[in-house]
Amino acid sequence: MRGEIRFLLDGAPRNLTQVDPTMTVLDYLRLEEHLVGTKEGCNEGDCGACTVVLARPRDGALHYEAVNACIQFVGTLDGCQLITVEHLAKDGALHPVQQAMVDCHGSQCGFCTPGFVMSLFAMTRDHAEAPDDQSIDDVLAGNLCRCTGYAPIVKAARQAYQKNPRGDVFARDEAATFAKLGALQDDATIAVSDAAGARRFFAPAGLDDLAALYLQHPDATLVAGSTDVGLWVTKDMQRPETVIYLGRVAELAQIAETKDSIEIGAGVSYSAAMAVLGEHYPDMGEVVRRIGSVQIRNAGTIGGNVANGSPIGDSPPLLIAAGAILHLRKGGERRSLPIEDFFIDYGRQDRAPGELVERISLPLPEAGTRFRAYKISKRFDQDISAVLGAFSLKIEAGQVSSARLAFGGLAATPKRAAAAEAALAGAAWNEATVARAMAALAEDFSPISDWRASADYRLKVSQNLLRRCFIETTEPDCETRLVGQPGLAHA
Amino acid sequence: MPERAEAIKGGVQAAWRHDSGHKHVSGAAAYIDDLPEAQGLLHVYLGLSTVAHARIKKLDLDAVRAAEGVEDVLTAADIPGANDISPTHRHDEPVLAVGIVEFVGQPIFAVAATTRDAARRAALLARVDYDPLPAVIGMAEARQDGTLVTDPMTLARGDAEVALKAAPRRLKGRMQVGGQEHFYLESQIAMAIPGEDDEVRVLSSTQHPTEIQTMVAGALDVPANAVTTEVRRMGGAFGGKETQGNLFAVIAALVAKKTGRAAKIRPDRDDDFAVTGKRHDFEIDYEVGFDDDGRILAVDMTYAARCGWSSDLSGPVTDRTLFHADNCYYFPDVRLTSEPLKTNTCSHTAFRGFGGPQGMIGGERVIEEVAFALGKDPLAVRRLNLYGPGGRDMTPYHQRVEDNIAPEIIEKLEADSGYQARRAEIRAFNETSRVIKRGLALTPVKFGISFTLTAYNQAGALVHIYRDGSIHLNHGGTEMGQGLYTKVAQVVAEAFQVDIDRVRITATSTGKVPNTSATAASSGSDINGMAALAACDSIKTRLVDFAAENWEVPKEQVEFLPGCVRVGNQEIAFADFVNAAYLARVSLSSTGFYKTPKIHWDRAAGRGRPFYYFSYGAAASEVAVDTLTGEYRVERVDILHDVGQSLNPALDLGQIEGGFVQGMGWLTTEELWWDDAGRLRTHAPSTYKIPACSDRPRVFNVALLEDSPNREETIYRSKAVGEPPLMLAISVLHALSDAVASVADHRLCPRLDAPATPERVLMTIERLRAEAAALEGGAA
Repeated sequence: MRGEIRFLLDGAPRNLTQVDPTMTVLDYLRLEEHLVGTKEGCNEGDCGACTVVLARPRDGALHYEAVNACIQFVGTLDGCQLITVEHLAKDGALHPVQQAMVDCHGSQCGFCTPGFVMSLFAMTRDHAEAPDDQSIDDVLAGNLCRCTGYAPIVKAARQAYQKNPRGDVFARDEAATFAKLGALQDDATIAVSDAAGARRFFAPAGLDDLAALYLQHPDATLVAGSTDVGLWVTKDMQRPETVIYLGRVAELAQIAETKDSIEIGAGVSYSAAMAVLGEHYPDMGEVVRRIGSVQIRNAGTIGGNVANGSPIGDSPPLLIAAGAILHLRKGGERRSLPIEDFFIDYGRQDRAPGELVERISLPLPEAGTRFRAYKISKRFDQDISAVLGAFSLKIEAGQVSSARLAFGGLAATPKRAAAAEAALAGAAWNEATVARAMAALAEDFSPISDWRASADYRLKVSQNLLRRCFIETTEPDCETRLVGQPGLAHA
Repeated sequence: MPERAEAIKGGVQAAWRHDSGHKHVSGAAAYIDDLPEAQGLLHVYLGLSTVAHARIKKLDLDAVRAAEGVEDVLTAADIPGANDISPTHRHDEPVLAVGIVEFVGQPIFAVAATTRDAARRAALLARVDYDPLPAVIGMAEARQDGTLVTDPMTLARGDAEVALKAAPRRLKGRMQVGGQEHFYLESQIAMAIPGEDDEVRVLSSTQHPTEIQTMVAGALDVPANAVTTEVRRMGGAFGGKETQGNLFAVIAALVAKKTGRAAKIRPDRDDDFAVTGKRHDFEIDYEVGFDDDGRILAVDMTYAARCGWSSDLSGPVTDRTLFHADNCYYFPDVRLTSEPLKTNTCSHTAFRGFGGPQGMIGGERVIEEVAFALGKDPLAVRRLNLYGPGGRDMTPYHQRVEDNIAPEIIEKLEADSGYQARRAEIRAFNETSRVIKRGLALTPVKFGISFTLTAYNQAGALVHIYRDGSIHLNHGGTEMGQGLYTKVAQVVAEAFQVDIDRVRITATSTGKVPNTSATAASSGSDINGMAALAACDSIKTRLVDFAAENWEVPKEQVEFLPGCVRVGNQEIAFADFVNAAYLARVSLSSTGFYKTPKIHWDRAAGRGRPFYYFSYGAAASEVAVDTLTGEYRVERVDILHDVGQSLNPALDLGQIEGGFVQGMGWLTTEELWWDDAGRLRTHAPSTYKIPACSDRPRVFNVALLEDSPNREETIYRSKAVGEPPLMLAISVLHALSDAVASVADHRLCPRLDAPATPERVLMTIERLRAEAAALEGGAA
């Protein structure tokens, strides 16, 4: 057991022995460190004004990731270098991304600006050259600006590369920082508590330790990216007594390809999974690209999105359509089930006290399978889906030999469309069959109306997504999409 | 003699950077929440109503008082002065509710604690027993109920009723236009520091320091001279901090004076959404008479606005709506009526354009209806109806349009954007593209500049020069990101011919410049720039007099040159020159004052000249729509906008681009959604979707109209730029409409309402398809 959280604030070591388990990094910076450059805009990980960058040693190098400080807990900083907007300008000179923002008139009111600067700084670690427009849009999707209309910020993103933004003090000090962070690593389970000693934060370093700890504290709140739990704290004012952080469990962070599956550890972030998923399921990669923002994808995990059981999570319909298997673990016991069976009812999942999601097995697509996934939301980027439709169709000799249609946003759980699947199975893949399947969707679902969409729209657009899938698989030259990675493979 | 610079840095017309740019990017620009906190500062949080309309049977705050960290709890009974923050003094907006609540989110009490977290938690512990009363939430209920929050207005010229009957063609329709949350990135905030006797210093994120001062003084029952309001910068405002900061400033001041400790209040974003007002949503009923060419003969429109529970600024907002119903078009016989309706929702307020955008969008719908009725390009109908010579220059409020440049702007933009060729290309594309349809629209903007409350068209400034030649600038305008401080500093730099770095920009303070007008109505640089120039001129007059006497030269031989003053044949460095003036006991400090000339307005008669001049612009927007889902994307936008002779082209471009994207958000993805119980369910960025980076137009060509100095004598012949560009985004709604219309071969006016969310676009497409099919059926 280790009784402290250790990290670097820029270059300065911090060892915290008393830690409120749900104190946010933002509150820590502003209230404890009096570093007030990082702003609170929304307190829910959506506007990006609080963006900070975390550097972590991984595979022999430092990896820099932008995250939202407002929903990340301070205990999760263990082993990281925390970089804020105050740390970029060194020796009286602005960092190239800062200078470019000034020169391009990228700030007006300036309140969102520190967050943009940090996202751009992180961008310079990920991209050796000035990225294309699509990549800049992705980098900045989690930073809202209400003043500029973004054009000057995008210009600054490109212009920053004229002044070698990667040749900065962080690059100069990278080896030393790497060594310092390496020295902070250990295999001990971290256990710290708040000043009263009542509320606790655990961070085990191994899967077995985690399983044992959770069995011991079945009421604990498991936290990976805290992209949802963060809001329980900042918005619902919940104060969980015990928090177990999964981020130090190396086994959970593994994503591996086998000959017929992709094995996704429960702690794998969207960012870490995006490329692998996109390689085998282009549309899955495209949906993941539109989940949250870079900041959210760097923190949030697919395992968390599943475990949380939300009817509007984007991962479950993708995984259900693809026929994924969920692996659960309770203490030393393990069990597996088709992922769709995990979602029992609204707010109810097939998970016992002390049982945790360990891994997801995503089968690789079989030859001849057409996988399509469509995310429908008011705004393309960083919006919760009104509807997410994911379709896996096997079409052989013009006939649908198997059909798995899964939807989010239409029911109390992510759910397959049984009647529509039945209308497709064994039928010829043609206009009439699609029309029957579209009609059958009305039997499968009675969606609700809310602020994201009306019931009528949800159903109508779901039906039209089947039509879109049909058009895409039968008329590949027909333009059907307004967003997406250019050259997205439409196998 | 020192080498003289060719020109100063940062004079007027220079594309100078925002004065705080370098501080924004390094986190060094301090907003109120970033300032050091006085020892013992209390954090305050509000307890809010959870029901839309009810009598409070019992308010039990025992648990709140007993909560950890709580130092004090305030209710209306703790307000020594007026429990009222109604900006138009209708006394309909209590600071804290008494006996009755009128919307979900209405403040009932305030709790002060040692930490913000403690205050926020404690506020949730109140036990309130409500006796529910009928609540009016939606537009339909509000119109049925018919209660108004303020006096409606009618603008009329000629006889619309008779002219409608006489018109060869006439049609009527209805349009719904949604409201808009400001979503300033910095939420509302205020900090109050108690002083001696009855004094208090209030730091407020406000566009209207004097109103904060007035409200605080009223609530504390102290004279205005006991209250000093300061604001260095806001993290965005957009009208949302014209009156909406009052509540927070008053609460902070009340706590500070009651406890003798500094107090700060900052709501969480969700509570900011719940408590504060937004852009008004409207239902517009229109009837238009026209001839076979598309020339409009008569217009009768009713603009019903959901105003919320109190009047706030709904009177002047809905007035401005009517002032802009005509946009750039001449309506020969016209009647325009406003209906400012009371609802049990937050009290809607100022928002960039101040009702003008809603007025204009109704006028543009009328144009579109006429075009579809005749099968013409809406742009042709627009051109046909523009204000022009030959008696076609009179607005519905009897002000002549004397500076009309809309026709030239439209013509130039039509050519520069390749409108006609692209329109043909798009029609051809839509013929063959099954799923994706494109649309194009070009819409103009004419926006009236001046506060319609004539008294607000005044400004003061204070300029000091110190012995070292450095200059201290203060004025009544506030900085919310628009670059006002920079522009006014440019004016001062230009006046004295010194580099802008010599001009220290200082926080707006009611102690330095009194009786300030709100920084609103796009007037900031017009009036504060002029006031600062007046201050500079009065100092310069003294300096010239001094120099002429001291060096015995004629006054004509005293000239301010870059960095120095030429006196006769010698050039004296500016610092040396002012020091010499100091030694000769010349005052180096002056106030300046400005009032806008020519304007007058008789609201009861509906006649006058409410606007000093008009700002113009036009935008051509192209969109692509997915007809299966209603999703869309703005492919290209071309803008030509008139800022007169720009004070700062870089800042003006920023206002145009930013205003456009904000307007686009209003008309596309930004949707306010109240449930039947009156709870706003789009309450934070997770549910309320302002444009993100990828929503900006894929191609965005923005140009300032060249060689077009303001015809009126404004500050260096520039024009106001804050609000007008927002309305350029109406072109996006019309481009979407154009794309949608293609599914029925442009035979039916889509009547696409706003916000045109993907849902509304798809449902409009479905309706048009059904109507077109019915038409086919009927024809067969």
